[in-house]
Amino acid sequence: MISLFKRAPTKRQLLFIRNTFFLVCLTPLLRLVFLGFEDHLTANPVEFVERSTGFWTLFTLLVTLTISPVRLLIGVAWPIQLRRMIGLFMFFYACLHITTYLWLDHSFFWPDISHDILKHPYVLVGLTAFVLTIPLALSSTNSMMKRLGGRWKKLHRLIYIIAILGIVHFWWLVKKDIREPLFYGSFLFTLLVIRIHFHYLKPKNH
Amino acid sequence: MRILNKQDIASSQITPKEVFDDRRAFIQKASACITVSAMVSLVQPFQVFGASASENALSKPVNLNPMSLKYSKTSYGVGEKQTSYNDITTYNNYYEFGTSKSEPAVNAKLFKPHPWTVSIAGEVKKSKTISIEDLYKLAPLEERIYRMRCVEGWSMVVPWVGIPLAQLIKWAEPNSNAKYVEFISLADPQQMSGVNLPILDWPYTEALRLDEAMHPLAIMAVGVYGEQLPNQNGAPMRLVVPWKYGFKGAKSIVKIRFTEKMPQTTWMKAGPDEYGFYANVNPLVEHPRWSQATEKRIGSGLFSGRIKTEMFNGYAEQVGQMYAGLDLRKNF
Repeated sequence: MISLFKRAPTKRQLLFIRNTFFLVCLTPLLRLVFLGFEDHLTANPVEFVERSTGFWTLFTLLVTLTISPVRLLIGVAWPIQLRRMIGLFMFFYACLHITTYLWLDHSFFWPDISHDILKHPYVLVGLTAFVLTIPLALSSTNSMMKRLGGRWKKLHRLIYIIAILGIVHFWWLVKKDIREPLFYGSFLFTLLVIRIHFHYLKPKNH
Repeated sequence: MRILNKQDIASSQITPKEVFDDRRAFIQKASACITVSAMVSLVQPFQVFGASASENALSKPVNLNPMSLKYSKTSYGVGEKQTSYNDITTYNNYYEFGTSKSEPAVNAKLFKPHPWTVSIAGEVKKSKTISIEDLYKLAPLEERIYRMRCVEGWSMVVPWVGIPLAQLIKWAEPNSNAKYVEFISLADPQQMSGVNLPILDWPYTEALRLDEAMHPLAIMAVGVYGEQLPNQNGAPMRLVVPWKYGFKGAKSIVKIRFTEKMPQTTWMKAGPDEYGFYANVNPLVEHPRWSQATEKRIGSGLFSGRIKTEMFNGYAEQVGQMYAGLDLRKNF
């Protein structure tokens, strides 16, 4: 199974895989639109959309962070060619998430919004995470990568901070049942441990 | 050393030629399958996001106790736009049946609310029990259309059917030591899957000061929309205290205990800084993690925004005097 996966796909296959992933990454949005038209967004549609877009932001973020550990562990390198697209989908869902918060939840009523941001740490943490994703999205083009050179890699290390803030944001808002944020937090922790292991503890001889 | 013989490979293990020739396409299909199934399996345990959420949303709410009740109408809440039966019965906080709001309607289907008895204990003249049938006879059933404000920041308007709680308290005959009354819910791990998880300190316990419990607005509800309570709404009987946050309304009550000292409730134990004994709806006192100034009215749709939360959930005129002189910031 892994050996099938290890072989780098041809250009045509990569195009196919990329298109498939594009559609897969779009399904959470299509699902929301479909459920919206069918009036099936539960009794509290705003909360449902807010939670759903938040979840898919975190999910796509964790997928982008999984690609390198997979390469380090089993030597499959080609999925990195999908990482930019998935990362931009993360930004896309983050934008939908924050738009839901500002528009559907708070009707752009700035006094309430600013109060909410300043008084409630989980909102501030989430907003900080979102703001940090903006430079990453802006610098995702080939020309920006060239222009930034070695600094590009440094800049994009922000993703680790964003991921941790994302988990804290989720953890802080649940009322009592922390199983879900605990699950994603443990997953993130595992990914970070794998990276640390390969970068610092294992000599770079491969 | 044994040399592998050609016959050692079973014919079933040999990849068919057409599959071998088609291996590139296989990679493509397999990678798509892996992605989709990984995504599905990862989100499946979580009701809010996974496939199960849409299944729940698509399934019709079922009331397994649909006996219609004989009750009289009252003037409470007349003219308020009532939340739909569908929303009231599919959006429930009832952790005994799961912590997501769509779970109770599904997980409470096998719950048996009959036969049912409630025991009366603590500071009373005499400990006793009452069956749900006898409870119905304590006072004529009345419809009370009340706003319900959840501590999470959403609200509904619910046409409850029940008896004034004061009637039940009078029948229970508390003695002169009784200052508080505690309501204890059923915690049956056989019927309630959520009780097996240590998320709250089971059984769910709520309490009121005795004068609050005797207030004419407080009711013991047995029905909604003219029918017996559905299981997910707390069948066969639940507390409704409309000027307090929804979590004060203990469901499926099996025991009522009168005490001299202020009891510790389940949510007070779960988060002493976040949930107090009184839990009166108060837009001026924030929950430490979110604002209580506004609320989302269930059923108002995606684009209608929030409405302002009112002091004591709009019942200040009736209940305000009970808290005169009490610092509501400290006694949240």
